This record gives sequence, C-alpha cells and structure tokens, in this order.
Amino acid sequence: MGKLRTLTRRTFLIGSAAIAGGVAFGAYMVMRPIRNPLLDGLAEGEAAITSYIKITPEGITLITPRADMGQGAYSIQALLIAEELDIDPATATITPGAPGPAYYNAAVLAEGTPFPAYDTSTLAETVRDFMSVPAKLFEVQLTGGSSTVPDSYTKLRTAGAVARETLKEAAARRHGLQRADLNTEDGHVILPDGARIPYTELAGDAAKLEPVTDLELRPAGRWKRLGHPQKRLDMVAKCTGTETYGIDLKVDGMVHATVRANPGIGGGIERLDSAAAEATEGVMMVLPITSAVAVIARNTWSAFQGANALDITWGPAPFPADSARMFEVLEEALGNEDAFDHCQRDVGDVDAALQDGTGLTATYRVPYLAHAPMEPMNALVTVTETYCDIWTGTQIPLFIRNRAAEMTGLPADRIHVHVQKMGGSFGHRLEMTHVEQALEIAIALRGTPVKLVWSREEDMTHDYPRPAAVARGRGRVQDGKVESFDLAVAQSRMTSGWFTRLAGMGIPGPDATITTGSWDQPYAIPNYRVTGYRAPDMVPVSSWRSVGASSNGFFHDCLLDELIHEAGADPLAERIRLCLDDTSRKVLEAVGELAQWTGPHVGYRHGRGVGFCMSFGVPCAQIVEVTETPDGIRLDRVFVAVDVGQVLDPVNLEAQVTGGVLFGLGHAMNCELTYADHAPEQSNFDSYTGLRLYQVPEIKVKALSNGPRIRGIGEPAVPPAAPALANAIFAATGQRIRELPLNRHVDFV
Amino acid sequence: MQASFTVNGTPRQIDVPEDMPLLWILREELGLTGTKYGCGVAQCGACTVHLNGEAVRSCQVRASDLEGAEVTTIEGIGTPENPHPVQAAWIETQVAQCGYCQSGQIMQAIALLQEFPVPTDQEINDAMSGNLCRCASYPRIRTAIHLATSRMGGR
Ligand code: FES
Ligand code: FES
Repeated sequence: MGKLRTLTRRTFLIGSAAIAGGVAFGAYMVMRPIRNPLLDGLAEGEAAITSYIKITPEGITLITPRADMGQGAYSIQALLIAEELDIDPATATITPGAPGPAYYNAAVLAEGTPFPAYDTSTLAETVRDFMSVPAKLFEVQLTGGSSTVPDSYTKLRTAGAVARETLKEAAARRHGLQRADLNTEDGHVILPDGARIPYTELAGDAAKLEPVTDLELRPAGRWKRLGHPQKRLDMVAKCTGTETYGIDLKVDGMVHATVRANPGIGGGIERLDSAAAEATEGVMMVLPITSAVAVIARNTWSAFQGANALDITWGPAPFPADSARMFEVLEEALGNEDAFDHCQRDVGDVDAALQDGTGLTATYRVPYLAHAPMEPMNALVTVTETYCDIWTGTQIPLFIRNRAAEMTGLPADRIHVHVQKMGGSFGHRLEMTHVEQALEIAIALRGTPVKLVWSREEDMTHDYPRPAAVARGRGRVQDGKVESFDLAVAQSRMTSGWFTRLAGMGIPGPDATITTGSWDQPYAIPNYRVTGYRAPDMVPVSSWRSVGASSNGFFHDCLLDELIHEAGADPLAERIRLCLDDTSRKVLEAVGELAQWTGPHVGYRHGRGVGFCMSFGVPCAQIVEVTETPDGIRLDRVFVAVDVGQVLDPVNLEAQVTGGVLFGLGHAMNCELTYADHAPEQSNFDSYTGLRLYQVPEIKVKALSNGPRIRGIGEPAVPPAAPALANAIFAATGQRIRELPLNRHVDFV
Repeated sequence: MQASFTVNGTPRQIDVPEDMPLLWILREELGLTGTKYGCGVAQCGACTVHLNGEAVRSCQVRASDLEGAEVTTIEGIGTPENPHPVQAAWIETQVAQCGYCQSGQIMQAIALLQEFPVPTDQEINDAMSGNLCRCASYPRIRTAIHLATSRMGGR
C-alpha cells in the first residue's frame, strides 16, 4: 500500500505539472513547469484552471488530447474529467486541443522498459515511472500502445477534481462560506441552502484563484459514471452520417490532390511521362515532389484518374524484390550470432535441458500486414508566408508540427495542427508521409489549400506494414510437463526506422519489439529462453495494432501448445499450472469456466484451441471453437477473458475486445502482403479483406478487474486470436499450421 | 455531361464527366459527405446508397446512369434528432467504433429489411457480407439488425 501511494502521488505531480506550478522530480528540465496552453487567449470571465478544462460564460470545453481512431478515446477521456468535475460530458464541447507539450504521454514509453508487465517490483515500477521523464522532455504527444487510459486515468480525473474544488473555492469566497460545506452536481456548485450556481458563472472568479490541489480522487465505489455502461459521445453522429472525418473537410478555394509514389518505398523515379495525366479532364497540374508525383485536380476523382494516367518507370527499391528472398533473409538471421539483438528471458539451463526428455523443433512465420483502416490517409494543408494549417487524423500531432516547421521555415507556433476524427488507424496514423506530401504540394502552391487523398491502392501499397517475422521453437517435455522452451525470433528492426521517419534520428540499441509478446509471458517454465535476432532492414515497417505481440503472440503460444500436446497434458490446465502471475492465472481459469472447457476435442472434426498473451500489461485468454466442414473450417464460437485492472466503460470494453479478436482472427485467416518486383501484390480489399460478417463466430467476453494497474484495451485482444485459431484447427483436424495466413493451408467457410 | 436527378427528394442538376462515379458526385459536387470512399472497386460497401430504392455501391454508378434517378443517402433517411429506426437500433446497440463504414452498413441494412422484414441469419449474412468493417463491429451489426426488426413491427 505504501508503494502504491507513492506512485499515485508521483503520477499526480506529473499530471498536474501545469496546475501546481512545478514538480520536484529529477533534472531541471523536468522540474520546469509546462505552460498551460489554454491560458493564451482567455478573456475576462473565462477560466482554464488546468490544461484540460476551459470554462467560459458560454460553456465548458474539455480537452482530450489523445486521438480517437475508433477505440473510444474521445469519450473515455471526457468521462474521466467529467467524473470528478461533476458534469454530464454530453453537455460539454470536446476538442483534442492544439498539440502541445502539456499533453505529453507518460505511459507510452513505460511498456518499453526491460521488465515484464507482471513484474511489480519496486525497481520495475520505478523505471516505468522514470520513463515519463523522457516522454516529457521529448514532447511525446502520441496516441498508441494502448496507453490512453493508463496515461489519462489519474491526470484527467485530477484535472476534473482540481477544477471542481477551485470552482467550489470561488463560490465559497463569494458567499463567505467554507469550501468543505459545498457540493457539486451537474455543472453547478450547490450551497448549503440548496442554491445552485452554474460553473460558467464562477469561471471569472475561479480564474483569479490559485488552483486548489489538496484533494483526493474519488474511489471507484463512489463513481457515478465511470465503471457503468456508457453511451459513446460520438455514436449518434457516426450512425447518422454527420461525423466529420479528415477526408470530409472542405475549405474555400481548396484544390484536390493525390499522389503516385514508388510502391518499392525508397526506390526513386527513373522516368516520368505526365502528358496523358495532364490531358485528363479536371486535372490542373502534375507536380513531381520528393519520391512521388502529385496530381492536382478540381476534385478527388479527377486526381485519381490523372494519377492512373501517369506513365512512370520506378527505380528499384533498396530491399529484396520478392517475398521468397525476404523470408530467406529473415531465416539467415535466425539463430545467427552476428544478428543477435537481445535475450531478455533466459531461465535455467536451456541448452542442457534440451538434451533430456522428448523434444520437438518447429519453425513459424508470419507475413507483412497492411493496416488498411477504412478511411485512407488524407491531409488538408494550407501554407502561407506567415502560417501553416494542417487538418488531418493523426496519432502524432507534435511530430507533424515539428516537421511542418522544418519544411516551411515557419516558427512552430505558426503551425496549427487540427487533429481530425479518424476512420480507423491500427497504427497507420503513427506515420506522416502523406502529410509531408501534402505539405510539399501546399508549399509549391503557397496560399492555396491543398487536400490530399490517397486512393485505397496508394494507401495499401505505401503503408509501412507490420514486419514479417520468422521463429524457431524448440522444447522438451518430461513426465507430462513442459520442462524447457526455447524460442528464437528474427525480424527487421521496427522502432528505429519509424523514429527516424518521425524525428530524423534512429533509436540505438536493441529493438524490444522483436520479442515483445514472447519474452515477457507469465510462465514458470524451468528452462525458458527467448532470443531476438535482428534481420537487415528490408521493407520499411511500422507498428501494427498490438505491435510486437501481433507476431510473438502467435509464435510463443503455438510453440507452447505443441509442447503441451507433446507432453500429453491438457492445453488449458498446463498453461494454468505453468502460470506464475495471479492475474493471468485467473484470466485463464475464467476463460475455461466461460467455455465450460472439457478439453480440446469436443466432437467429430470439432475442436477447441486455447490462446493466451499478455500484452500492454493485459492478460487475455481466448478459446476458439471450430468445425471442419466439407468446404473448409468454420468458426463456431470464441470465449475471451481479459483483465484491465479497472473497467471504465463495460460497453466500449466489449466492443474493443470483440473487435480486437475478430481483427486478429481475420488477419490470421486471410491477410498478407506478398511482394513481387519490389512491390506489394495486394492493393485493395479484393485481395486483402480480413473477416466478413458471414464468418463471424459467436463471442462471449468476460472482463476481470484483479490487475494491479489500470490498462488500455485497444490492442491486447489481438495477439491471442491467431494462436487460439491455429490451435483449434489442430484440435479439429490434427493439422499443425505454423504459418500465417492460415488460408495458405486450409479453406475457411 | 449534364444530368437531372433527385437526391433525398431534392432535384439536382450536375455537369460532370460522364464516367464520374455517384460517390464523388455526392461527396464533392453536392457536399453530402456521409457516403464514404473506402475502395472504389465495389469491395467494401462504405459508399452504399439507394438508387431507385435498391442498395447500390455508389462508386460503381456513373453520372451517365443518373438521369431521372432517385438517390437516397444516409443524410436522407434520418437525422441526429430524428433517426430512422435502423439508425436508432444502431445507436442503442452502440455499434460504431471508428464509424467510417457505418453509413454504408446502415443503408445496406435498411435495404435488407425492406426486402426481408424478418431476416434470418443467413439472409443477414448474404446481404451484409459485402460491407467491410475493419474495426470488426460485426456482432453488434447483427444485434442491431435484429433489434430494428422488432422495432419496425417484425418479430
Ligand atoms: S467505395 Fe464503393 S464499395 Fe468500396
Ligand atoms: S466501425 Fe470502423 S470500419 Fe466499421
């Protein structure tokens, strides 16, 4: 308890840096308070008590700096503030705010620390907390890594509580009362005689006060909104066609643009003939830009038509031409000492242990995957002599602001990034190539707003995909138990290339994503080793929903399943026996109860597979049930148990979990980017689909709240789905599939 | 070319290239952005509208097919204040995640319920499997269709 309190206190200090006027934490840069950006441009009678809440006589505005890609971040952030502020979030204006250092993300780097998430030792917790320091220094305002809720949970409730208490203090002074005697409800301070003063009337007084910071957050048992089923604030707009996404924006005088870039990313343009494009109806001009050709037109469709008419010979990309060679490169790195990257799990004596008992060796592979959100990348940009406006759906507004400042030569405070609602992301919007292209065009057409829209084909073939990876698993079993487990994974680096694109500098040292989702699993196998090997950079790659765990969950859990089978043990019981983390064990037990587990074989050609992965600190277990029909494998049912520490909105949690499971299953079944002649062979949803409605199984979800920390749920349901399905297919058919997508080996109905 | 047709009951005249798809006419000529671009090749259903009462992929309907046609888009079937029963079922079921596919899903579902007021799961599968949802909101789409059925006087 003592430790927990220290942590909460520290989080509180960081979260309220802008409020309290300084934090005693480490170096000077970290101590320096971050300016509350809302203080700029306040009028008389308006208050911005914290960086997250602005109150004017007209109403209340909540700033929700983490981007909404569909995961519900917009609603959940508003809800966290509203719970303590005592307002109905539906009555407030909610905006992502202008990007700024006050909104840095402390949680996103915490998962990169060399401690598995179930390790709550003082050292692990201290290092995790310390990661908020670089997050602040480097102004890491990004949305990702399922970090929105962990990062916001205390910060935003604190912001709400500080504002509430300061408003109460203002009312107390006005009426000569004690703050402790006042209450709040629905946007009003309630006086002891029952009189109700709207917050909006108190804003002017509150602005003159030092914010009240000696306060305690309400315990979960007293929550009125959090923890109860919620209606998402964006639901009505999204069901009536009235939500505005980046792709829907229009400003006066705007021109439309699209680009055609080399699908062999990094290969140049050898020859360009733009005559036919220029002659296309509606096309205004063709403009070669850095490593792409832009077509500017009167409307998007004409721009697409013009781009189709471009005659371009591309230069070869700086990576192998086809998938076969790419997998050879990965396999050459696997187990190769020169390619050794890291080994964060090495328990017992694996080499010696592999000599005894019955053993197996298996190799696995997973493909490159596109993110393919439903809304293709787009950006609307205006560049003038004095300012630059960028409207785009993005997870990385500060990186975009900085890049725009470099490209335009304008000071950063003249760059305005307006974060838009997003039609999905899955990690795609952690990149900004499309924004750089729009900036380049807008600089060339200075003064004219340029709206750049990628065609689906451009989007899918210029994605920075999830890296392909290969793994070799070995293990031994004895007396019905898994005794040794040795997994080696090879992949190209992911984080460094991504950061180079964003910030112009790589990240030195090992790339943890190579083994994230396998080295950090909560099992007590007596001889247990996971080693990462770094293959040479090939196709430039990026984070894809659940990042390293998207591949490693498959590798680790398939190997474990094979070993358990080899041992003759029950897939669920043996995982439970091996599990060393209480929270995870309860999740495994819960999924068994939910499914009424009796073993992998449920009938003739009818089987069940278990999948488990702890990612982003969230243990998630799944049981997939399939039947082998004469036409192929049918998905019957999926059971899921998950623990996020504290459920904030059970309705949205269920949506994220079922969505994550189906996202994981769909890609495992039928998605891959294969390469030929340096380019992806899949360019649209005809050849890269995921799940469609007719294939959707029945899904039951059980959410537990035993975990020690609150966690995000946008990603952790993805990794266990693929291994659970592969393991189910084995149970139903006896066929072990060690490669994704599974439809390389079986048909699905 | 010029064409005259109605959109959500309002007469419209356009002057565009004859092969310009209805999708882009709606979005960029007429300012009705509720209909979404997802693939442009009839693979995702995000652009679904009703053309003379039938659900079609507006990315596949050309300007030259529009003379005299009646087009209904997501904006024409209900509003935030007064949603169509299918939209109301969608809201109650909390279907949308990113929401980008949902205009198309809803337009497809309305057409399904016009043909089969009480659809079987198989009929739902057949009608709805052309509409992709990359967020995989599918279970709630199915639930919302059943809910709308009961609301609209079906089962
Ligand atoms: S945009 Fe028409 S079906 Fe995809
Ligand atoms: S809700 Fe995002 S694509 Fe359907």
